[in-house]
Amino acid sequence: MSDLLHVSSSPHVRSKIKTDTIMFMVLIALLPSACMGIYLFGIPALTIIVISIAACVLTEYIYEFLMHKPITISDGSAMVTGLLLAMNLPATVPWWVPLIGGVFAILIVKQLFGGLGQNFMNPALAARCFLLISFPARMTDFSVGDGTASRIVDTVSGATPLAELRAGGSYDLLSMFLGNTKGTIGETSAVLLLLGGIFLVVIKVIDLRIPLTYLGTFTVFYLVFGSFDLGDVAAQLCGGGIMLGAWFMATDYVTRPITKKGQYVYGVILGLMTGIFRMFGGSPEGVSFAIIFTNLLVPVIERLTLPNAFGIVKRKGGKAS
Amino acid sequence: MGFLTFQGGIHPDDGKELSKNQKIATMEAGDKLYYSVAQHIGAPAIPVVAKGDYVMRGQLLAKAGGFVSAPVHASVSGTVAGIQKMRMPGGGLTDCIVVENDGEMKELSYEGASSLEDLSKEEILSRISNAGIVGMGGAGFPTHVKLSPKEPEKIEYILVNGAECEPYLTSDYRRMLEEPERVVEGLRVVLKLFPKAKGYICIEDNKKDCVKAIEPLCTDSNIEVRILRTKYPQGAERMLIHATTGRRINSSMLPADVGCIVDNIDTITAIGQAVLKGEPLMERIMTITGDAISKPQNLLVPIGTLMGEVVDVAGGFKQDPEKIIAGGPMMGNALFGLDVPVIKTSSAILAFTKDEVSASQPSACINCGRCVEDCPGRVVPARLATFADRGDEESFLKYDGMECCECGCCSYVCPAKRQLTQSIRSMRKILLSKRKKG
Repeated sequence: MSDLLHVSSSPHVRSKIKTDTIMFMVLIALLPSACMGIYLFGIPALTIIVISIAACVLTEYIYEFLMHKPITISDGSAMVTGLLLAMNLPATVPWWVPLIGGVFAILIVKQLFGGLGQNFMNPALAARCFLLISFPARMTDFSVGDGTASRIVDTVSGATPLAELRAGGSYDLLSMFLGNTKGTIGETSAVLLLLGGIFLVVIKVIDLRIPLTYLGTFTVFYLVFGSFDLGDVAAQLCGGGIMLGAWFMATDYVTRPITKKGQYVYGVILGLMTGIFRMFGGSPEGVSFAIIFTNLLVPVIERLTLPNAFGIVKRKGGKAS
Repeated sequence: MGFLTFQGGIHPDDGKELSKNQKIATMEAGDKLYYSVAQHIGAPAIPVVAKGDYVMRGQLLAKAGGFVSAPVHASVSGTVAGIQKMRMPGGGLTDCIVVENDGEMKELSYEGASSLEDLSKEEILSRISNAGIVGMGGAGFPTHVKLSPKEPEKIEYILVNGAECEPYLTSDYRRMLEEPERVVEGLRVVLKLFPKAKGYICIEDNKKDCVKAIEPLCTDSNIEVRILRTKYPQGAERMLIHATTGRRINSSMLPADVGCIVDNIDTITAIGQAVLKGEPLMERIMTITGDAISKPQNLLVPIGTLMGEVVDVAGGFKQDPEKIIAGGPMMGNALFGLDVPVIKTSSAILAFTKDEVSASQPSACINCGRCVEDCPGRVVPARLATFADRGDEESFLKYDGMECCECGCCSYVCPAKRQLTQSIRSMRKILLSKRKKG
């Protein structure tokens, strides 16, 4: 007992889960879908994933280094952003697209607002939307024409299944579910995304509140305002970015409400917005815009859904009585 | 799981296996004992002995300083050496009456009760108050005050808190296992005060052997064992009341407001002893444990003993401790050293070779919501801590910061290792002191 004892305020024990464990788990959950993308689209997909992750991690490192802030790249959050961004890009984009996207995501959306935990939009999605607006043609080119993608069922047209569906064309539900179809690198396989999501639920990184209310609301919305056809709904759920969005982007901790009630509200709004964008918007896609738009509502949702503390009976006008 | 419980809470490593199989051993008093005059909530006790006085075991050293106060008694015989300021487990300095133990253990003869039936309610209450009994689970609220609610006829439940939800602690467990009859006996005394009430002995389902030991003794129609789900903080007063009766109290209410009185296992046994045998509170059971302790065990310790001596009885340290805690790991106080006397509310001494708190540096909140998920008080700890750090009192109050019971679940689960409980606690202290002044 020669040394001084440690003294601190209780509690004196801590759980083993840390921020980097959580981020690592998210990476693991995304891995199958990312691999599917590489399998489908070949080396270009891998290159895009690598560039995107590298851009994100390096931007974070350089910014923090120059600003004399503690370097936080080991928490894994920049890697998650990089991977998510890459999974949201078509495999046809040139190398500088993921680079610009990664820098934008980390520098503009995340670091300039205060770094981890302070951004009000999902960085990967904000970057994707930025790229969509800046380079609309490149970002919607799903033609996969460099020959490495011979595994694709239908290499003739550049249309994604959702675009086909919207145009009244046919779709192959099974390949959409399995992922043997067109789309961005990480969004094609509904089943792998679902598995990743369920994995995260099982290990308690995310819960079902947001994914289920999101997908549920969207389904109802589509049945009412779209077509009352179960096959079409299934295609809508398997196609485009909704699976990736519902399980991995909408559940992003930082940009979703922290209150339980708020998460249900958030999921419902996401479902409605996605429905509106997909059915009445200019593009067959709508998940990215729906999520970043709803991100902006989060502070309001949170304030309106504050829980009643234990033993407090009513809340009137934001004040406990 | 059909067991009674509440929403939220956590499952930390319980560490109870270190000491749970150790029978309660009696510790001999050391050479000098230090009796704090403030071992309870309320006015400090007023010393009635002076330097040089000879005192016997059981003799009054300091009388209650008011209604919300409790007297202090000697746990050894010997000579009063004076009054000196000592560090308390909570960190503050308090006057302590120092008694030099003569080792003879001359004891007062107590006036017991022939039977509970013959005692009036007033007599029971005065015996409890004269014995200096306070809430021994940690709060230290004078028991006779708790047992004198404004409307006694409205008390419907007497809850004996045998949850012992704090990790590592096993003293209540041993008491229930070894002396179940004294627990039931104490409860009968309290029920005598509230004849219409039902008595529940509440035990977590990880202590099935205690249930087995106590259940056969509950022959009275108004006493029952209630099994709770094992979860921290199941033994927190508000959670316990909710789990067993479905009722809810907030921070500004007393259990009596919803017809409940909650007493800890040690308190209830002390009540039985005081009323039936006339013995004042002089000793308590402590769990001495942790990975730095040579022989983790449960000890019956004379109040006033230095904690260092208690650790010596448990074989001392087998490895240098990095952190020593008075009480449980979730709500106990870290100690600066071991020259701290055991008081009525000291439930345990824990010594750890590693301090998990300093090993994990706080980082940015990622808004994961685990604190919200697990908060039994159903507040938003992440936001409250931010308000507290900023000094934003208005927002803190608006977000029900005062409803926090400081159980520590939020700090425990936080993946960013933020000191949420600490921030919230500091702000609550500031606001409480303002409320008192204003």
